Amino acid sequence: MEFKRKNKTQLLSKIATNDRHGENSPYFDGWKAYDNNPFHPTQNPNGVIQMGLAENKLCFDLIKKWIMENPDASICTAGGVDKFKDVAIFQDYHGLKEFREAIAKFMGRVRGNKVIFDANRIVMSSGATGANETIMFCLADPGDTFLVPSPYYPGFARDLRWRTGLEIVPVDCKSSNNFRITRAAMEDAYEKAQKWNLNVKGIIIANPSNPLGTTLDIATMRSLVAFVNEKNIHLVCDEIYAATVFDSPRFVSVAEVIQDMDCCNRDLIHIVYSLSKDMGIPGFRVGIVYSFNDDVMLCARKMSSFGLVSSQTQYLLASMLSDDGFVGNFLRESSKRLAKRHYVFTKGLEQVGISCLTSNAGLFFWMDMRPLLKEQSFEGEIELWRVILNEVKLNVSPGSSFQCFEPGWFRVCFANMDDETVEVALNRIRAFVLDRENQESTRSKHCWRKKHLRLSSSSTRLYDETIMSPCMISPHSPLVRAKT
Amino acid sequence: MAIEIEKPSSVRLSKVAISKTHGEDSPYFAGWKAYDENPYDEIHNQSGVIQMGLAENQVSFDLLEKYLEEHHEVSSWGKGAPGFRENALFQDYHGLKSFRQAMANFMEQIRGGKAKFDPDRIVLTAGATAANELLTFILADPGDALLVPTPYYPGFDRDLRWRTGVKIVPIHCNSSNNFQITPEALEAAYQSAESMDLKVRGVLITNPSNPLGSTIQSSVLNDILDFAVHKNIHLVSDEIYSGSTFSPSEFVSIAEILRNRNYKDAERVHIVYSLSKDLGLPGFRVGTIYSYNDDVVTTARRMSSFTLISSQTQHLLACMLSNHEFTQNYIKTNRERLNKRYDMIIQGLKKAGIECLKGNAGLFCWMNLSPLLNEPTRQGELELWNIILNQVKLNISPGSSCHCSEPGWFRVCFANMSEQTLRVALQRIHKFMEQRKVCSVNQ
Repeated sequence: MEFKRKNKTQLLSKIATNDRHGENSPYFDGWKAYDNNPFHPTQNPNGVIQMGLAENKLCFDLIKKWIMENPDASICTAGGVDKFKDVAIFQDYHGLKEFREAIAKFMGRVRGNKVIFDANRIVMSSGATGANETIMFCLADPGDTFLVPSPYYPGFARDLRWRTGLEIVPVDCKSSNNFRITRAAMEDAYEKAQKWNLNVKGIIIANPSNPLGTTLDIATMRSLVAFVNEKNIHLVCDEIYAATVFDSPRFVSVAEVIQDMDCCNRDLIHIVYSLSKDMGIPGFRVGIVYSFNDDVMLCARKMSSFGLVSSQTQYLLASMLSDDGFVGNFLRESSKRLAKRHYVFTKGLEQVGISCLTSNAGLFFWMDMRPLLKEQSFEGEIELWRVILNEVKLNVSPGSSFQCFEPGWFRVCFANMDDETVEVALNRIRAFVLDRENQESTRSKHCWRKKHLRLSSSSTRLYDETIMSPCMISPHSPLVRAKT
Repeated sequence: MAIEIEKPSSVRLSKVAISKTHGEDSPYFAGWKAYDENPYDEIHNQSGVIQMGLAENQVSFDLLEKYLEEHHEVSSWGKGAPGFRENALFQDYHGLKSFRQAMANFMEQIRGGKAKFDPDRIVLTAGATAANELLTFILADPGDALLVPTPYYPGFDRDLRWRTGVKIVPIHCNSSNNFQITPEALEAAYQSAESMDLKVRGVLITNPSNPLGSTIQSSVLNDILDFAVHKNIHLVSDEIYSGSTFSPSEFVSIAEILRNRNYKDAERVHIVYSLSKDLGLPGFRVGTIYSYNDDVVTTARRMSSFTLISSQTQHLLACMLSNHEFTQNYIKTNRERLNKRYDMIIQGLKKAGIECLKGNAGLFCWMNLSPLLNEPTRQGELELWNIILNQVKLNISPGSSCHCSEPGWFRVCFANMSEQTLRVALQRIHKFMEQRKVCSVNQ
């Protein structure tokens, strides 16, 4: 079927035709490179290894085992089919009671049972993607602004802004203090927004952090809570990596922090959760909005009509997550396996002089490649990234795609592959680093001349299209880039 | 000096959050609440409220259950759950290819093969609720307008307007011609929008119609498409009841109209479909957008990230809907049973002296109670509705909640209960009408 495309006046909306879907970012460029040439140990050993996708593939065996041992949890089996009709009809946006209870219990356990979650406050969404967008719709109007500590998950640009019409102003965090979120940085971002006449409605953090892989310490959490209370703005905590914590310090949820803070207005506090990372089931689209604000909870629940969790999936997970023995074992094993994977990688990189930010959570680590940059700039970072992607054939994610304030950092995912692939990836990195260092030492023999040349050539490199890919001309609001 | 403890001031939520555009204050939903508080049960609560305000299809579940019993190895992840991992990881917004293929086939079967669907044009969303909202985000800007024929599904007020900021301008239809959409009504709506300084971006029709329970005729579809072309606007056809037409030959999809025109002007046409009504699976959240416009397909697909269908459910339905024998039999049997139900309620209402619009599809009938109104106004209609809800204990939907311009019409659902319950409902209506006759005679 071919349809003649006519040149007509724009038939689609502004939202449909702008770039805020964010797919032109290098974050996705790497995925495309992987899609075109995916690594396979035997069929395509020279393909691109996917290290840009934060998936958790380490514990499927545990889940599969549970499913096989519990056929009644599936409404498709002989044992479960008598539940089919009731489940298939159930479209109440409150969600299945057993599902909400199981989720509330699971969330509590993941937080070391330091907090109890109220099943009646659980609101569903289609993944955390849906949850983050929904909470923005509830809290802010088009043109309003949310502060987001950088570096941050690239998907926020789409999830928080695309259909909501919001703006993001980054809270710049720096390596000098391990990218901690400081009060000064928050104030700075807030003032910047005020100067630009932006109405700040809140701050959204990811804890544990994507891409840093770190959990926020209690002092920082308290500082955040104090900050939002003083400014009378919202605090949204995206805690989707809560159960991926594999080392101390333990995870401290905002829910726990506010328990000891009487001065906190709980109407300002909201949690986003999901099972996509902690349990490794992104396909099931299980997102949760948990707000301490009744009005927000009610509004988000109404909005959940646009992204309810399939009742079939609710039913299965209600059963699975109510199984205390399974959950306990799963959480323990998952932490153990993540810890091991993290150790193998970070030690392996250490051996070739690559350091990573010390981290205790997440499905990735934050790799410091500054020593390998030919130039300490974002252009230098992208140049290095292209080499890693196209020559070393590893899809890692450049820090600039996370709006990192400093060039030279890369997010590397480690939980989405098997052990053999880990070895291959490490070997490739090791070989690359040694090779790059050799190149550097050859160049430094003529360094004084190089320096002069570099100075003159660097000014033209800014406009050199081979370095500056179209995707670097970010569709992000110019306000975000105003610092450069 | 007393120290005043300042109560923390509440920070304002968004305008969207504060607005009432979610529509839940409508009588449409008030009736549901009455039902929730006192639900009828054949054994335990025979004097409870019978739910006739919910357009669910429960007449063909046994067919689905039978399929699952015979094929559970296939539809669950089978012995050893070999596909579980891949399925649980699969979050690609293109959706499972096998599922899209199965949906395309199913949609073709419903239309008796008179239209073809390309699986690569199918975009998946969590229900038609999400599909309609998503399309609105893509086709219109905040403040723009969509034209929608009245009476229409009350949920549109939320789905098309709430978060999108888009307005609905009604295309008024009335009983003088069985509520058919006329070119004059289309033009009048367009002018009305213009006079309010609203930019019209499209027309959204539901075919078969909710709440009318009737299909739109081929000539009318052609008129509507011509209108859209003439005004250079979009046409969205919500066809979620297409498989619930009692006789297959009576439903004409906009897809057929396009095919007959060799797909000229197709890029402004978009179809919404769902399995909530035809298959009776509203809990599974399965909606689709089928667009003939490449840009809309690409953008809709990106936006579907906010509302994907659980891969577990995609897998189950891909298996089920790929079974040609099953789907053929289901579609045929479902039509027959709905037809039977429809006949039953129409006859029952007729015996009670109540007329309905002639219908040929859907899970409901459009009942005319205007002779019973104290006054021919919305108020009169709501008074009557209150009596029916609280005294007769039937939750039916007043036409005003569907924005019907004539008072006295009510939507009555018949497929969400057993035959026995339907009989009880008809008895109650009969008794009510008898009592009214006695009252009016005595007066």
